[in-house]
Amino acid sequence: MSLSKEQTNRYSRQLILPEIGVHGQERLLRASVLIIGAGGLGCPAALYLAAAGVGTIGVMDEETVTLSNLHRQIVHTLDDVGQPKVFSVQRHVQKRNPDATVHAIHERLTVSNAPRYVQDYDLILDGSDNFSTRYLVNDACVLYNKPLVHGAAIGFGGQLLTILPRQSACVRCVFPEPPKPGAIPNCQEAGVLGSVTGIVGSLMAHEALKVLLKVGTPLTNRLLVVEGMRSRFREVLVRRDPACAVCGDYPTIRELRSIEESVCANAHSSSLSASSAVE
Amino acid sequence: MAVTVRIPTPLQRLTQGQGEVSCDGKTVTELLGDLERRYPGIKERICDESGKLRRFVNIFVNEEDIRFLQGDQTAVKDGDEVSIIPAIAGG
Repeated sequence: MSLSKEQTNRYSRQLILPEIGVHGQERLLRASVLIIGAGGLGCPAALYLAAAGVGTIGVMDEETVTLSNLHRQIVHTLDDVGQPKVFSVQRHVQKRNPDATVHAIHERLTVSNAPRYVQDYDLILDGSDNFSTRYLVNDACVLYNKPLVHGAAIGFGGQLLTILPRQSACVRCVFPEPPKPGAIPNCQEAGVLGSVTGIVGSLMAHEALKVLLKVGTPLTNRLLVVEGMRSRFREVLVRRDPACAVCGDYPTIRELRSIEESVCANAHSSSLSASSAVE
Repeated sequence: MAVTVRIPTPLQRLTQGQGEVSCDGKTVTELLGDLERRYPGIKERICDESGKLRRFVNIFVNEEDIRFLQGDQTAVKDGDEVSIIPAIAGG
């Protein structure tokens, strides 16, 4: 593969970075990333990955755009309200860079489709909005040995972790089990500021690019905590847990299984009345 | 001087919106006891009925996960920073 004149021009500002160069750019153009969730995190991530020239981007989401998405899901416009999010992302992102082929996957990730989609891509980026999808993504990435960039946001805060399966801590090593439905509020219940999802989503794209380019130090074994109220970033050390159910020494999760939880959009009501747990 | 406890966003409702509070104690257990005295109702969000840390919440003393130290018996001293970090899923 060699770069066209237009590509040399388009990517000139990153081509001159010694850590990237033509070699790195070609690497990106050959790379594929699957983004789970075309929402507040997936939108900025898709834009940055496509703009940087990641050649194949899969975007997976079963929802349609609503007016209440637009304050943070910055790819979608008023014209897209009512349309599936993945087609909106495909249309807008493709326009930004024709080098990026965007696959719109208008489905929810499930136990049955996860193996196929996860194995089809080089790296997975999880910007989903519910715990059942997040634990499914984590387990699939460990079982199929795919690097995973995990990011989440709520209120004014966020978290970020890059996972190189069986080399670094996975989501279950840090949080062994998802909370019961309603124990932790989602964006619909607790609210979220768009700039916070922008920060976390951009960092997710940044981590993905570093892993694909094999440059720098990935955010592995360090959970980055974004404190938006103070505009402060903190890190805590995490590590692979030998007792982890999926990547530990004696795993109990050897094949994918679904985790009971309703999706973000209907996770409120009865579950919130549960008196216990972080709320 | 006391131990600084970082409260995650979802629990700040119980600390009158404060993201950082001061507590006393020689171990994480004592610290959580003092936290509960100052902000009633907060401990059950962090620990289950048997007093064990919930599986989706972690406590870090300075930067270290107490599960890899001495668990809830991990020692804390004046000036330490303790972070309570729950899993979040929003996107």
